[in-house]
Amino acid sequence: MRRRVLPGLTLSLGITLFYVGLIVVLPLGALVFKAASLGPEDYWRIVSSARAVASYRVTVLSALAATAFNLVFGMALAWVLVRYRFPGRRLIDAIVDLPFALPTAVAGIALTTLFAQNGWFGSVLAEAGIKVAYTPLGIMVAMSFTSLPFIVRTVQPVLEDLDPALEEAAQTLGGSDGAIFMRVILPLLTPALLAGVSLSFARSLGEFGAIIFIAGNQPMETEITALLTFIRLEEYDYQAAAAIASVLLITAFVMLAITNLMQARALRYTEKTRA
Amino acid sequence: MSAPLRKKPPRVGDTPAVRRTLLGFVLIVGAFLILAPLLVILYQAFSLGVGVFADTIAHPDTRHAIWLTVLTALIAVPLNTAFGVAAAWAITKFDFWGRRFLIVVIEIPFSVSPIVAGVAYLFVYGLQGVFGPALDAAGIKVMFALPGIVLASMFVTAPFVARELIPLMQAQGRDLEEAATSLGASGWRTFFSVTLPNIRWALLYGVVLCNARVMGEFGAVSVVSGNIRGQTNTLPLHIELLYHDYQTVGAFAAASILTVLAIVTIIAKVLLERQGAGRAGRPALASPAPAAQGKTP
Repeated sequence: MRRRVLPGLTLSLGITLFYVGLIVVLPLGALVFKAASLGPEDYWRIVSSARAVASYRVTVLSALAATAFNLVFGMALAWVLVRYRFPGRRLIDAIVDLPFALPTAVAGIALTTLFAQNGWFGSVLAEAGIKVAYTPLGIMVAMSFTSLPFIVRTVQPVLEDLDPALEEAAQTLGGSDGAIFMRVILPLLTPALLAGVSLSFARSLGEFGAIIFIAGNQPMETEITALLTFIRLEEYDYQAAAAIASVLLITAFVMLAITNLMQARALRYTEKTRA
Repeated sequence: MSAPLRKKPPRVGDTPAVRRTLLGFVLIVGAFLILAPLLVILYQAFSLGVGVFADTIAHPDTRHAIWLTVLTALIAVPLNTAFGVAAAWAITKFDFWGRRFLIVVIEIPFSVSPIVAGVAYLFVYGLQGVFGPALDAAGIKVMFALPGIVLASMFVTAPFVARELIPLMQAQGRDLEEAATSLGASGWRTFFSVTLPNIRWALLYGVVLCNARVMGEFGAVSVVSGNIRGQTNTLPLHIELLYHDYQTVGAFAAASILTVLAIVTIIAKVLLERQGAGRAGRPALASPAPAAQGKTP
């Protein structure tokens, strides 16, 4: 073990532990404590109630659909930004971060206004018989918007570092573009894609602000789990709020573990291919 | 006759047809999904003319919401910055047991829904919470008041500064600081004249992102604020209130302020990335990856 020569361990670690303890660990601990104080039967009754289960279904299915869309669009966006040179490329590269920079409530009212029946998009879609605002489709749109940058930003650096020699080798062996993409490029991108997908999915599961404006919030149909928690609070049903919030918290921890695993794998993979 | 040099085949996906299809797809979907929301905010905000827009912004409730948002940021961002620097210093300059675990704990707020954060705070400081009754007896109001809003904002942004600094300071190592202290510089002097100049852009980058998130936070703050008009309404909550009151122009006028903030944030981000901060300064893929960063040589 190397000798410690730098000062400030006690102070900096003290501040860190105090802050993390007070701001992060204490509240989450209190939530777990509250949920645990319910007892297994009551807890199970609340988290497995029909309305709660319906909210899980809406949340998870919408998040899956939004992530699938972002997988395709995000990868295309990353590809275009890295491989093609065209006017406005840097502007688009900067604008990709807008969903992260724009407050979710602002995104929520903007998307709702666009997709409402009298909105710019909503009026056109209504003629085709498609309703987006106040349907599960609206939830997907909001989730896609708020989690869009994740996949672009995880795939982009890997695509930039991709060794052209690999593609050239495949080309000299007579591979078609499609085959080279599927069998050479895509496998190299897969770890980054999976990392981006898990980040995007996790974010969609927890999203609240952008969704509640566009979702319509009908119990059993367009009510997401985060909103159900909020509703239980407003009804002063604190135990139910704690129980449902704990489900979201457990899901978040599972997703955090998966995300870390994916990112660690992706990093190892890129290091290996670079060496 | 010498054989003509064989032209290198175009790179994968560079044929005009593929290029045009992909560019078209990305530009059209991007215009619909990203550009249109921006335009609709401005269009709605000014739909009744500049006069109505100005009146909304000047309304006492809106001005109070702006003030409360700025005040929250003025408290939460510096505290969070100090924490981020302290955490990065402790984690990158020393080896101690549980270091990797500490990084994961700092990153937790990233994965937790803001609503969960708000509910969790209620169970600490609310009347049905751990400290709530005692605080209430002492006459201290945390929930449904400024302290609650600040605390919730600090939760959601806890990782913002630390995650920019940790990978950078990890990569920079400890040699410079060790040289400075061995030459007799104090800890503070070492930090301010050796470490800080090396991390200033990344630090600023984290502060800018942290500020944007604090000013725009909705879910967590909406649980702990109580939404009292003219008292505990931050700008995002005020937008919701106006919107549900069918004051669309007002809602979008207030939203346009936060949109300007978002655009300024993005511009600052691009400028700082040119200085090597943010994703440009990080090893590929190590973006918000705690597990991927904690390696010690």
